[in-house]
Amino acid sequence: MHIFKNTNYNFLRWRWHAIALSWVIILAGAGVIATRGIPLGVEFAGGTVVIARFDQATSVQQVRAALDQSFPGGDVVVQDYGDPAQHQVMMRVPHVGVEQGTSLSSTQTQIEGALRKSGVGDFKVVGTEIVGPVVGLELRNKGFWATVLSLIGLLLYIGARFQLSFGVGAVVATVHDLLITIAFLAFFRYDMSLNVIAAILTITGFSTNDTIVIFDRIRENLRSRRRDELDRVINLSINQTLGRTIITSGTALLTALALFFFGGEVLHGFAFTMVVGIITGTYSSVFIAAAIVSFWRGTGPARAAAHAPAMVGAAPAQDAGRSKSKKKRAS
Amino acid sequence: MTTLRWKFVTILLVFVVFFGVGVYPILATRYGLPAPQWLLDRQLKLGLDLRGGVHLVLRVQTDDALRSTTEQDSARLQEELKRRGVPATVGALDVLSFRIDGVPPAQDQAFRQAAEQETAADFERGSATNGTYAFTMRPNVAQRLREEAVEQARQTIERRVNELGVTEPSIAHQGADQILVQLPGVADVDRAKEIIGSPGLLELKLVEQGPAGNREDLLRGSGGAVPPDMEVLSGTGSGSGAGPLFYLVRRVPAVTGRDLRTARVQLDENNLPAVGFSLNPTGAAAFARVTGENVGRYLAIVLDKTVQSAPSINSRIAGDGQISGGFTQEEAQNLALILRSGALPATLTYLQEQSIGPTLGADSIRSGVLASTVGLLLITVFMLVYYKLSGVNAVIALIFNLVILLGMMAYMGAVMTLPGIAGFVLTMGIGVDSNVLIFERIKEELEAQRGVRASINAGFARVFWTLVDTHLAALISAAFLFQFGTGSIRGFAVTLFLGLLSNLFTSIFVSKTVFELELAGRKVPALSI
Repeated sequence: MHIFKNTNYNFLRWRWHAIALSWVIILAGAGVIATRGIPLGVEFAGGTVVIARFDQATSVQQVRAALDQSFPGGDVVVQDYGDPAQHQVMMRVPHVGVEQGTSLSSTQTQIEGALRKSGVGDFKVVGTEIVGPVVGLELRNKGFWATVLSLIGLLLYIGARFQLSFGVGAVVATVHDLLITIAFLAFFRYDMSLNVIAAILTITGFSTNDTIVIFDRIRENLRSRRRDELDRVINLSINQTLGRTIITSGTALLTALALFFFGGEVLHGFAFTMVVGIITGTYSSVFIAAAIVSFWRGTGPARAAAHAPAMVGAAPAQDAGRSKSKKKRAS
Repeated sequence: MTTLRWKFVTILLVFVVFFGVGVYPILATRYGLPAPQWLLDRQLKLGLDLRGGVHLVLRVQTDDALRSTTEQDSARLQEELKRRGVPATVGALDVLSFRIDGVPPAQDQAFRQAAEQETAADFERGSATNGTYAFTMRPNVAQRLREEAVEQARQTIERRVNELGVTEPSIAHQGADQILVQLPGVADVDRAKEIIGSPGLLELKLVEQGPAGNREDLLRGSGGAVPPDMEVLSGTGSGSGAGPLFYLVRRVPAVTGRDLRTARVQLDENNLPAVGFSLNPTGAAAFARVTGENVGRYLAIVLDKTVQSAPSINSRIAGDGQISGGFTQEEAQNLALILRSGALPATLTYLQEQSIGPTLGADSIRSGVLASTVGLLLITVFMLVYYKLSGVNAVIALIFNLVILLGMMAYMGAVMTLPGIAGFVLTMGIGVDSNVLIFERIKEELEAQRGVRASINAGFARVFWTLVDTHLAALISAAFLFQFGTGSIRGFAVTLFLGLLSNLFTSIFVSKTVFELELAGRKVPALSI
């Protein structure tokens, strides 16, 4: 079976449209964030989360009404949690006890008290999470720096293995993926949680995956097609690897979807981030990364020969014969 | 042919070993199959989020430790000055600094000598202005004291947690002054927090005046002010309904908890639970001297700056004592435990706490296993449909990959968390990536009219460095992820990291060997791809 057999799309011709589309999404995301903010998970915002399992089915409204008296101001989040048959409710308030001695959990006691008093039914607390303000701030900084450092690591690695322009292309494409993913998180109002940050960091690693495969092919073709224009070589390389790019993203997407639908409540945000990240990672590998290389090098009279990188490790098996047959197919 | 046989044997061996370490113990536990104990002990461990438990982040208030050093050093200097007859006093005292006021010019030399002797190791002395000297703690000393305080606190917490009887706890530094405590399977969070965070500072101090019902009465004898080497402590009166009682005690304790040998629950003379303690030889000698010299006076038993009781000294006591104070049985047990494990060097505050009930953990395991199964099925079906028989090869490599991943995790004692399961599922999706890359390349080579064997060889050879590049790039970000995360996120990073490594092995070595085996016996090879 073969999808995308011998395609010959001119991807670089569409780069302006692609870049415009990406900017629209990113700016829309920035607009949503500017007006409504990024909802922060409890690890980052601080606060108290209590997950209670009720003996009988209880509506979210009842629980909310019970808590509203004790926590006026409307910052209370109440949601069904997990399997509906278990009558679990997640409650979150932005308050915590003071960070002194053991009193951090006093808000939890307050929540339990409010539920008992209101008589919504007997319940058992099955999980809690209480985060003081200090931890949240530290985590935010750490998450930010981990992302930045891993981008620098990628830039250096790809810059060393290929050339600087490729490194820049890969990193720009990855930053693009991160921004698009964050925009979608903002559209769909997912909480920025530790798991989501982990997914974002994972995307920085894997969105370069497709990009590297394309770059690898560009490098190979630059050696064998020294007379062609750079842009032509880039287009050819993207086309040659297109089937593979789509299939690998497809398999990764299948598993991410399995996580999204079956992975349970805790992994929901994580799986959503991965799904978006995988899709945009593929898109940027095809439309953005190589376009950046092309911009960086300039498209003028430069011939592929000028860009041909030194050989690094690739097997030199019968290049002459291969390139002839390929040229025939591509033209 | 012989190399092929060796490759096959190697692969089989790898599979058996990793299956034995990573997968068999899980099956054995679940279905009651026979397995040696050492193998079961190595079984893949579940993280807190899956088995349930408590996760606490504490901050050690290292300033406390610095302040107490500052206090001690300044007090020692004061003593020394008194001994040398220099009439100077300790002025303002802060965490890192103190001041000495009123050094007469004539005795400047004597003062300098005393200061040199008592404080030079820890403090820098400023220049004199009108007989006032400022002392500031040396930065390297402060740094060392902070580190020591955190380490001591960690060790103390570890002793207490061990005494609580938690299995497989984890107590680790985090950042400069934080300690991460993970207690699997603990249900009573409040008790654990109480015991971990309790200062546990035991001091025995001679009572100079009191007890009295209020401060004014207490200080009447000493002219309304607290004498410099004494302090006022309060305690609850015995019997219900009694108000607080105040004691004027010596600032320097006769004996501290540091000289404690052991502590245990006993019954006091009223048959109420109490905590009995024994002192080590140093403590016992000091205790004997103080009690011998002060028969007839009261001795305050002070716990965390609160007077628990103040029995009168009837005779010289050597090694044993008792703390009574209307405890319940459980309070007495907790106190004995805290005293046995020693005092904390500084106050602890809780920054974060998380508790996961066992039912939530079980839910997570269930959905994790479901997602893994669905993911594996989807991938298998896709690969078989798209790559036909070669898809079997990819699925074999994938299963190998997962077995090796589980085996490595179990062997290294890594912990499987819920995000770890997510990493496991993603490893499947991203792992077949390598196979796809190789297969697509083989297809291209086949289309270029090269022989099957040559196509397979070229496919693997050409893709090798691409695979190394993609895997290393992903490993870089997994490493930073590990740096960033704690607890469950670390589990994810570890799974991802090991999954990438084992994938490199299976996609290159195992897949290739399977192809070679497939083609080994045929004269005119054909490939279903």
